[in-house]
Amino acid sequence: MSTIVAPAEVEIREPVVHEEVEYDRPWVVIVWNDPINLMSYVTLVFQKLFGFSLQKATRLMLQVHNDGKAVVSSGNREKSELDVARLHAHGLWATMQQD
Amino acid sequence: MNLEVHERLLLGELLDELEGLLDDPDDPELRRLFPPAYSDRADDEQYRSLVRDQLVSGRSKALATVRETLAGETLDLEQADQWLRALNDMRLVLGTRWDVTEQLDYGKLDLNESRGRELAVYGYLSWLQEQLVEALQPS
Repeated sequence: MSTIVAPAEVEIREPVVHEEVEYDRPWVVIVWNDPINLMSYVTLVFQKLFGFSLQKATRLMLQVHNDGKAVVSSGNREKSELDVARLHAHGLWATMQQD
Repeated sequence: MNLEVHERLLLGELLDELEGLLDDPDDPELRRLFPPAYSDRADDEQYRSLVRDQLVSGRSKALATVRETLAGETLDLEQADQWLRALNDMRLVLGTRWDVTEQLDYGKLDLNESRGRELAVYGYLSWLQEQLVEALQPS
């Protein structure tokens, strides 16, 4: 993701950049398959919460269903936490982790 | 909607039960309503303390909307959305309690057994939710 620009002052060799890259790594929100949520309901929730087309929402729902999980959004920590909370409010099994 | 009397009674009982359960969000039966957001325990505790009250009040509101509109004939979009969430919460709680699997075969239910009756209730809620999803699907 991030572009690391080499410092002009070559004598400064402390690896300060590393920490910033860690901090900047985006978070991903993952929805996991479960035996209870209806496929049609999951599709509708994806459309409603993320504004996805029916086609995209269905593709992600099928990915959850067939592969066991799918990444539905990504971004900074605050946004991801909000997305997870909205998914939890709708009863979906969502978690977040750093990519 | 025009629900039959026995459907309204059943849904009323389930509303009572879920409302009672929500008094204690840490009840293991509600674990699917409040899943972890983080694998890290400390991060997750922090997430929970931030969102839990909001998640509980949202769920209570959905249950209240269903109760208010149970005998009605029509729902507006907002009410239908609340119905969808309340029905889903009921299914999550009952499905967890009754250990429902994806390969549920309703054709083989024996209504003389308690397991059969449980799954029939679950199946009814699933059917009702499916009807609502279809009605709400943006065209």
